[in-house]
Amino acid sequence: MKKTCNVNIKPLTRVEGHGNIRIKIKNGKLQEAKWEVVETPRFFEAILKGKKWDNAPWITGRICGICSIGHTLASIRAVENAFGIVPDEQTRKLRILLKHMETLQSHTLHLCFLVLPDFMNTGSVFPLIKTHGDVVLRAAKIKKLANDVCDCIGGRRMHPTRTVVGGFTMLPDKEELSGFSDRLKDITLDLMLVAELVKGFSLPDFSRETEFVSLKGVDDYPFIGGDMVSSDGVRMREEEYKKMTNEYMTDQSTSKWCRLSRDSFAVGALARLNNNFEFLHPAAKEMAEGFGLIPVNHNPFMNNIAQLVECIHVVKESIGLIDELLDSEFKESRQEVKAKRGIGVAAVEVPRGILYHSYEFDDNGKIVKCDCVIPTGQNHANIQHDLEGIAEEYAAQGKNDRELELLAAMLVRAYDPCISCSVH
Amino acid sequence: MEAGETGTRTYLGVPLYRPRVAFFEFSSCEGCQLQILNNESTLLDFLSLVDVVNFREAMTGGSDDYEIAFVEGSITRDDEVKRLKKIRKKAKTLVALGSCACFGGVNQLKNRFKDINKAKKEVYGRHPIDSEPVRTLEDIVKVDLKIYGCPVKKEEVEKIALHIAIGKSIVFPKYPVCMECKRNENICLFELGEPCLGPVTRAGCDSWCPNSRAGCWGCRGPADEPNMEQMKKIMEEYGFSEETIMDRLECFGGFSSLMGKGNTK
Ligand code: SF4
Ligand code: SF4
Ligand code: SF4
Repeated sequence: MKKTCNVNIKPLTRVEGHGNIRIKIKNGKLQEAKWEVVETPRFFEAILKGKKWDNAPWITGRICGICSIGHTLASIRAVENAFGIVPDEQTRKLRILLKHMETLQSHTLHLCFLVLPDFMNTGSVFPLIKTHGDVVLRAAKIKKLANDVCDCIGGRRMHPTRTVVGGFTMLPDKEELSGFSDRLKDITLDLMLVAELVKGFSLPDFSRETEFVSLKGVDDYPFIGGDMVSSDGVRMREEEYKKMTNEYMTDQSTSKWCRLSRDSFAVGALARLNNNFEFLHPAAKEMAEGFGLIPVNHNPFMNNIAQLVECIHVVKESIGLIDELLDSEFKESRQEVKAKRGIGVAAVEVPRGILYHSYEFDDNGKIVKCDCVIPTGQNHANIQHDLEGIAEEYAAQGKNDRELELLAAMLVRAYDPCISCSVH
Repeated sequence: MEAGETGTRTYLGVPLYRPRVAFFEFSSCEGCQLQILNNESTLLDFLSLVDVVNFREAMTGGSDDYEIAFVEGSITRDDEVKRLKKIRKKAKTLVALGSCACFGGVNQLKNRFKDINKAKKEVYGRHPIDSEPVRTLEDIVKVDLKIYGCPVKKEEVEKIALHIAIGKSIVFPKYPVCMECKRNENICLFELGEPCLGPVTRAGCDSWCPNSRAGCWGCRGPADEPNMEQMKKIMEEYGFSEETIMDRLECFGGFSSLMGKGNTK
């Protein structure tokens, strides 16, 4: 049995942004396990200071290329909350649909392009084009559909152009929208096939009791706005986000860390699912159960499965949303914006977990204070604790460097971290 | 990916040389790289055109032997300077990918703080953090080619890669976004009461934003010989404040050398 291990991953690949993993085991005892975030900060919160409200969604969307739609929508909601603008039904539906498709796009990218290679023993998705072309093409087909819908509603799949405070600059073409309905029905089957493939993989069997934080639905699975809950029984309103996140600085990271009832908590698909299982679409619930994913599940690797389950959920819900939108009369409903002094907070579930934007405005609608709390920023501390836990467990089992390296990388990857986003 | 893994492409029946390509990122949202993975229908075509040997966001085990480096992001820390210089040494051709790399992008708005410590304090309080004023790639090393946009257009990146592969020169439009916008028969945003930088911004995006009835914010930087005076006049004529113009002109950094008085930098 090997008793000494040295793992040094610098930087971790197949994740967004720059982070390092270091593990040292000596004589079967864990000496060090560290998740370091070295990404350069871009100072978005300072950048927006003194800028007028209309800059906020346009600029903060650039915090992240993968979830730019989520950031844009969170930013818009924060501004609207500050100015007392309530979006109408049509705008709400279009925004949810747009967000659903970003979720589908992002989850698929993570599962099929970034995670899959770990289970197929390759370094990237590229060699799989040749060996498992059907799988890659299927993933590309799902992603393409999701991105096409984002183009149609948001004007652009990344850094959307039509989404503004008050509504949309332009509405999607109804005919184009109706075309997506059949394609969504069609990819339900593709998602099932991905699930079949994933069923064949054995996820590492590791659990560590964790507090899970997410929005809490009232009648349905939550995505935009509402109360936050934790699996330890905390419940708070959107405006109280600071008490839910408790950001603090640490030397091992350029991103801030968070805590709530314990040393750390987790956000993301698994947290959402753990806290809102009852609201999943029946087909999604069935899939979750098929994977033995029943709340509250404490295996961080199950976040991958939770993402897959959410893919089915958002596809099913989107089919319904498109039907409703097509049945209704489209109206140009962009609301006029009247800036005023005040504070606006938004909590939005983006692919990697709950995202908060908060702005304080002066009388002229200029930003006095801006604050963004990013899902991955909330996960860093939990990743650190999981890493220690897994290293400890496997140190005792005498894994070799290579095995431990893969496991540690897979653990962090399971969180689908968006590191540059977390540092912003 | 090993060389030759996807089918070799031909052009007029002649097999194309597949250059070894690497992707790197500095301070950025990684969106420009993602654009490469984001156009699923042509991704495989693109991969048959180039041999991707290093792409941290998508692959483990990247190689340091490459000819073309696509570099995204702006430079904000000393370790980035060193890493960029190393890439420059290895690459035959260094391409600045996206507005962060070309102009500093939205990141350079940080430079409005004359004292960077103020920006640091705003975000991190008294916790020490390492960050310098934002610089473009060209501020540090020689850049062979710039691809503008926030984000870049995938079609443009692909066309450029093809041109590099067949040794054809690359020409960017000299004219402004307005030309594309008119060709697309959009209603001019000024008529709808919205500000737009289309008259002075370099085309190539096919008037991406105006097509969605959203004003241009100049993400691709200035067209050749932009008439800034006239731009200001139009803005004033339609009743937009100096601040509205400035917000757009300074957003991505492309106009920084053209901004006259009122530049807060
Ligand atoms: S130019 Fe824009 S899209 Fe590209 S990396 Fe920079 S912020 Fe992201
Ligand atoms: S909308 Fe903008 S780009 Fe289009 S014609 Fe008007 S000013 Fe030019
Ligand atoms: S219209 Fe302007 S802001 Fe929009 S993509 Fe083109 S150059 Fe960039």
